[in-house]
Amino acid sequence: MAARDNHGTGAPWDDAFRVVGQPLRKVDGLAKATGQALYADDVQLPGMLHAKILRSPHAHARIVSIDASAALALPGVHAVITGADLPIRYGVIPWTPDENALAVDKVRFVGDEVAAVAAVDEDTANAALDAIEVEYEPLHAFLDPREALATPEPQIHADIRGKPVRGNVSKHVELEFGDVEAALAGADLVLEGEYSFHGSTHAPIEPHCAVAQVSADGLLTLWSSTQITHYVHRALAQVLELAPERIRVIQPCLGGAFGGKSDPFALEFCVALLAQRTGRPVKMLWTREEVFYAHRGRHPMQMQYRCGAKSNGRITGVDARILIDGGSYSSFGLVTTYYSGQLLTGPYDFPSYRFDSTRVFTNKPPCGPKRGHGSVQPRFAFEVQFDEVAERLGIDPIEIRRVNFQGDDTQTVNGQRITSNGFLRCLDLVEEASGWKQRRGQLPYGRGLGVAGSMYISGTNYPVYPNDMPQAGIQLKLDRSGVVTVFTGGNDIGQGSNTVVRSIVAEELGVAYDHVRVVAADTDLCPVDLGAYSSRITFMVGNATIDACRKLRHQIVTALAEAWEVDPRRIRLMEGRAFDVEDPDRTVPTREAFQVAEARFDTLGSTGSYNTPQLGGDYRGGTIGASPAYSFTAHVVEVDVDVETGIVRVPAAWCAHDCGRALNPTLVAGQIEGSTYMGLAEALLEEHGVNRFGLHRGPSLLDYRMPTSLDVGDIHAMIVESVDPEGPYGAKEAGEGPLHGSIPALANAIHDAIGVRLRHLPFTPGTVLRALRDQGGKGEGAAVGSTAAATSKREAR
Amino acid sequence: MRRMRSLRLKVNGDEVEVGAPDHWTLLEVLRYRLGLIGSKQGCDKGDCGACTVLVDGAPVLSCLTLAALAEGREVTTIEGLMPAHVARGGAGADPVQDAFDRCGALQCGFCQPGMMLSARALLDRTPFPTREEIQQALAGNLCRCTGYTQIFQAVEQVAAEAAGIEPAEPTWATYREAGQQPSPRARGVKGEDA
Repeated sequence: MAARDNHGTGAPWDDAFRVVGQPLRKVDGLAKATGQALYADDVQLPGMLHAKILRSPHAHARIVSIDASAALALPGVHAVITGADLPIRYGVIPWTPDENALAVDKVRFVGDEVAAVAAVDEDTANAALDAIEVEYEPLHAFLDPREALATPEPQIHADIRGKPVRGNVSKHVELEFGDVEAALAGADLVLEGEYSFHGSTHAPIEPHCAVAQVSADGLLTLWSSTQITHYVHRALAQVLELAPERIRVIQPCLGGAFGGKSDPFALEFCVALLAQRTGRPVKMLWTREEVFYAHRGRHPMQMQYRCGAKSNGRITGVDARILIDGGSYSSFGLVTTYYSGQLLTGPYDFPSYRFDSTRVFTNKPPCGPKRGHGSVQPRFAFEVQFDEVAERLGIDPIEIRRVNFQGDDTQTVNGQRITSNGFLRCLDLVEEASGWKQRRGQLPYGRGLGVAGSMYISGTNYPVYPNDMPQAGIQLKLDRSGVVTVFTGGNDIGQGSNTVVRSIVAEELGVAYDHVRVVAADTDLCPVDLGAYSSRITFMVGNATIDACRKLRHQIVTALAEAWEVDPRRIRLMEGRAFDVEDPDRTVPTREAFQVAEARFDTLGSTGSYNTPQLGGDYRGGTIGASPAYSFTAHVVEVDVDVETGIVRVPAAWCAHDCGRALNPTLVAGQIEGSTYMGLAEALLEEHGVNRFGLHRGPSLLDYRMPTSLDVGDIHAMIVESVDPEGPYGAKEAGEGPLHGSIPALANAIHDAIGVRLRHLPFTPGTVLRALRDQGGKGEGAAVGSTAAATSKREAR
Repeated sequence: MRRMRSLRLKVNGDEVEVGAPDHWTLLEVLRYRLGLIGSKQGCDKGDCGACTVLVDGAPVLSCLTLAALAEGREVTTIEGLMPAHVARGGAGADPVQDAFDRCGALQCGFCQPGMMLSARALLDRTPFPTREEIQQALAGNLCRCTGYTQIFQAVEQVAAEAAGIEPAEPTWATYREAGQQPSPRARGVKGEDA
């Protein structure tokens, strides 16, 4: 990290912030409220064609032949393309390009894209799909990751980037820190258990959509519902073999993403090529069913954990073995495999730690990053086991989490640098707000409280593709009218990152909040930012924004000080005015200050950037999961289990989240509430799975049971500000961390309520009823669906 | 094979005449013929509620309503709320839209046109709804971002302000100056003391 990247944590002008920390409106809030905001499907261009994709009905098959002649002959059909037209493979991780926009030679899941048509309207395009003849030769389909691991043939991918794939293993990572076996041997208690996490998907309300237009001189413009404009730009250039300067990618308003719009998708390449082929704008809007098949959601994981602890509750070592069901393509899987191990080493001090994670390919919709990428599943397993450790040792579950707290300004066992850490405060808050001391273990049968802790990254210093350029860039333009326009490559996906940028500019330059305009996520207009993933934007784009503002601020102050013939240190820019702090009657609106500076320095603008410092352990993969700052979270969840029906209700959940500093508390609270809701939803109601043919079990928003307004309890969001030394004004992430603990806290609450440990998600009524039947009531402490062997040395002696 | 139909609709107070295929839904006509893109398509089968519009003041799923069935009825889309509010002597957005913005209820915003119209219809018939009535009225509108909390707060805020009552505080709170904890020890990789 360059010195310029560290801006201090205080307010820029005096002790108090004027904008930061206020619950202000979003920059795009009223546009969204009034229906003026434009999303990808709202882009309507003259002469626009409509495109549709033909998908595989087989989970695994060789393509023998494709005959599109009848489709092409239909009136109103303008073009048909197949895998032969887009032969270059891509993948969001440059080491694992294993995807084709349209299948070449074989299909790997039901829903894999085979051909695309562009027609005068949607009905004609659908009719054309029906007219395409594809002959398949079905292959054995792997739907169980254990089978895929054990059976090397047939291979789902034979080679990736010229390197042969070992059987059906997508990625294997094994790392050990300290001597885990010795640590477990020295423990007073060792618990061993099996846990599993089912699949879940993002289900943003906006389906994926892309529109392409090619100008007469060959410039391609793509509007897409992507959350990473920059990677789409790179992937288009690569696959279309088009120079990047011939491509412009624009992300309009995005109707939800949660990680599900991070990969480049088939529709982006298809509309681009179809627009090139036809000379007309082309749009493709996926149906809800197609969104379910596109997936890239939470990886199912089968996890074995061993945890050793001393009788005082101190962890001695943790050992994990994880099998990850990757689905049919690599997507972010290399990172997922690392994250499944690397992100567990806080907020507790692990003296030793080992993980062995294997991601396998199966013939199912491809998994990818969903909110809390790779680390939600291990967090569930560990926190449930940790709860049992507390129980066996007779220690309060919150107390054991305090006892093992790693502290701030420290380093984790796997070499991650921890800066600020407000986890203890988070624990205190959820303990008090939930009435933990008075209520836990005291509620009537069927009701209970559970706790869990977690941590998450604020961006990562692994920039997906290796380069020495900044991870985040910002450009500012000052206008004589007093308006400041900010250009950011950051992707606002609803989380409010453009509002964060606006707030920082208003704070730094002292302009009125609504005088700041934000232009975002347009590769022609905005400097590169790596996009909305890994909870990186507030931290990285925020720091880049401060950097750009301070350069301009220097010019404005210098010009005004010269004009007023005072020391520049006397100048302040605050709340829409510039003034002399020692003579407050000497004041002008910031507009006039801009004009003075423009006269002195010429047209005003600046750039700013951010890059991470050198972080991470000195070993292969040590930078993956290394973040400039980590957020910390504690959850307490209350449950009400109906023992007649097995239905679990959550009347209340408390989530205290250390986000460093809340730049806008309304938005931070929204992230905490939305994350907690999403975690509880996937634990109780949602399941993304396929049947024995590889068909999705319910690709609709009715069958995929997202909670309605009737299904949610009270979520109490508590924002903890630990003030990070390197975050913008001390801020860290808030968008993903607050999901993690909600699921294990729920499991632990169910144990408090009915005395059973649920180790296998989801917690459907059937699971709960089976669990009750198997162990017969509260206080038995029996495991469900697996064995949890415990050895207690104290007892053995 | 496709038959076209000429439709006479009353949308946001305006009489309009538009031609569209026979089988088109009200949502398709609103979005792709009239340019009223505020109504959203999230599922096209009545599951998500993003396409909700008001027909004669009641929330209706426009993706399940044939456009022809809306003839002779009053259709209100999200674009119609602000002009109606201004026509009644108000300034700017409808109070529902304004409160959704202030309360953080608009994250991605995609479900919210439908959600706000459901809320508007609720408040028109029940000016001071209970939390349960709000939950019931919005149950047909899925939101994936918020967990609904800030949406409930927004609706309650509109009701309180219309009644001249001080709105309830939001349920979230900020805790400043978290205690900085001393580090137990700094440690290097592989479990060795640094």
